[in-house]
Amino acid sequence: MKVGLFIPCYVNALYPQVGEASYRLLRSLGVEVDYPLDQTCCGQPMANAGYERDAEPLARRMEQLFAGYDYVVGPSASCASFIRESYPRLTSHNDGSPCLASRIYEICEFVHDILRPSQLDASFHHKVSIHNSCHGVRMLHLSTPSELNVPHRSKLRELLELVEGIEVFEPKRVDECCGFGGMFAVEERDVSVCMGRDKVRDHLSTGAEYITGADSSCLMHMQGVIDREGFPIRTKHIVEILTAKE
Amino acid sequence: MSTHAKAAAKFLADRDRAAWHDRALYLVREKRDRMAHSVPEWETLRQAASDIKLHTLSHLGHYLEQFERNATANGMIVHWAEDAEAMNRIVGQIVREHGGRKLVKSKSMLSEECGLTPYLAEQGVEAVESDLGERIMQLMHRPPSHIVLPAIHVRREEVGALFEREMATEPGNSDPTYLTHAARKCLRETFRTADISMTGVNFAIAAEGSFAVCTNEGNADLGTSFPDLHIAIMGLEKVIPDYASLAVFTRLLARSATGQPVTTYTSLYRRPEPGKEIHVVIVDNGRTESLCNEAHRNMLKCLRCGACMNTCPVYRRSGGYSYSYFIPGPLGINLGMLRSPERYGGNVSGCSLCYSCSNVCPARIDLGEQIYAWRQEMDADGVADPQKKMMVKTMNVLMRHKGLFYTAIKGAALAPRFVYNNRFNPWCAGREMPRFARRSFNELWKSGMIDQPKKEEK
Repeated sequence: MKVGLFIPCYVNALYPQVGEASYRLLRSLGVEVDYPLDQTCCGQPMANAGYERDAEPLARRMEQLFAGYDYVVGPSASCASFIRESYPRLTSHNDGSPCLASRIYEICEFVHDILRPSQLDASFHHKVSIHNSCHGVRMLHLSTPSELNVPHRSKLRELLELVEGIEVFEPKRVDECCGFGGMFAVEERDVSVCMGRDKVRDHLSTGAEYITGADSSCLMHMQGVIDREGFPIRTKHIVEILTAKE
Repeated sequence: MSTHAKAAAKFLADRDRAAWHDRALYLVREKRDRMAHSVPEWETLRQAASDIKLHTLSHLGHYLEQFERNATANGMIVHWAEDAEAMNRIVGQIVREHGGRKLVKSKSMLSEECGLTPYLAEQGVEAVESDLGERIMQLMHRPPSHIVLPAIHVRREEVGALFEREMATEPGNSDPTYLTHAARKCLRETFRTADISMTGVNFAIAAEGSFAVCTNEGNADLGTSFPDLHIAIMGLEKVIPDYASLAVFTRLLARSATGQPVTTYTSLYRRPEPGKEIHVVIVDNGRTESLCNEAHRNMLKCLRCGACMNTCPVYRRSGGYSYSYFIPGPLGINLGMLRSPERYGGNVSGCSLCYSCSNVCPARIDLGEQIYAWRQEMDADGVADPQKKMMVKTMNVLMRHKGLFYTAIKGAALAPRFVYNNRFNPWCAGREMPRFARRSFNELWKSGMIDQPKKEEK
């Protein structure tokens, strides 16, 4: 099994430790991991803003970078879901080559569904509150959307429960949007910030020390609110916890 | 800034009120969830509703004509209106021929859509709203801010003050029961003295030539009981095949709308009483055109339950008046765009693409997906935001040139923080910027600082 590590643009620039933890997590589960150099962006920000066709050259480049891999795995639910949803219409595969959409996985989804470990070599003696991100929940089904009447499960919780010493909580409005939304965060900044504050407060009320989730973008937005307001909680990407020793 | 973003900022300036609005509507969403989770076949029902609507819309001419035939055979009089103007004209004419000055109305979003009440006022006919929330808004001379809960944004103290002025209730008394009784007393007088009644139509049943009107207050039933003329107005997408399909919709409607097992009154109108008349006006007003729009025709499946508004995190925090179309929320963003991208394009930014609306919709309309699709059409329609377009163009240049991208993030990492973390950056309205890493993941990998497998293994 050959896995290509997909590191989204903003993770590359802001959260290299999330990329590093992703790599360590996959390696610790016995996977051969490679990182194709000089990745930039998958095109999602442009598309959500209404310029999906501008994502086309980026999609083509992604297809080239990851052509030889069995699986492409990245620490971002929303980028993974964008690639899965949109690449089939953005890139042509007339030569019969498989679309990246068929091989892209968000890292928790990949670990939970494909690698299926029964234990993890990780410990984290802290209280964490799961951030169920919209695209993670409603597009990738990392957990069951609260609106639907179908049997409930949460892949993030199942993975976190393999970590020694951890206490896992979830906010009351379990999968309400935090208000990031890409360009929405600046275009509708007042609503976005209000949603962010409400969401952080909801996480805070669980008594957790950390907010964790599969999307660094939501975490970045909430951390921005936390820093401004001085809330006593921090954000940490889930892969950092799944590889932690503390 | 879009029209929605501007209006939302105004709404949010009063933080307490905005928080109260959010909580009030989320409570309705929670009630809806409890109902949805108590019906084991809920998801199957939603699919059935979606399928029935798709089927009916695919055979719309057939079912509408069948409805007309059967309704006429039942003794009702059916009219066709191609647009708002035609509907108002037809209603005006029926009223004139019948005679009468006072019309008692139960809630109808179609009358809002067509501007019927002001039109009738010009003809010297007073239309009195009989739904309590709708009546409150009428007395305040404001449009509804929600399609099911028209006065959800009004606090009870404000209703108390309004009723004190309009109905001479006790000063300072804002007890909901007291106020409701006062409104009831006033409305009873209207019910008794009205010459004409008007209702909307929730469902028109083709096979029976009958139609269903759902209310919680019984105001439609009371309104139609006294006058000898009942005018019902309906958008042409309201037709459904038969009673079996009606059963699917009545199970979904109130559970989705308010979290009740069923609306308190679901009344079927089938034939007029002797000596009385029922007129049904079937209105197109752009719906046929929407039906031709392959990407957005799903909107015609809507039951007008308002669940998409209650769940929308943006609507709850920006209020019904922040949208420039008369219907707010995810539904209104979409319907407004179907009506006119030029006039209502300013609402499309009011969505974080969380897709909760698509999950609560009882007819499984892909509301969030359609907002995404509208965004893709805005540039070609010439209604895209120029600032946003510039941001995308900048990102395009950076992301398409790896050298530029890595130079830029390196530069950002070396730059003093105030350069990007300042009040001119819209991100910083309420948030701090994240810190750029000294070395990107790419750089760490290149320099072998990420624990790499030995190259010769490959």
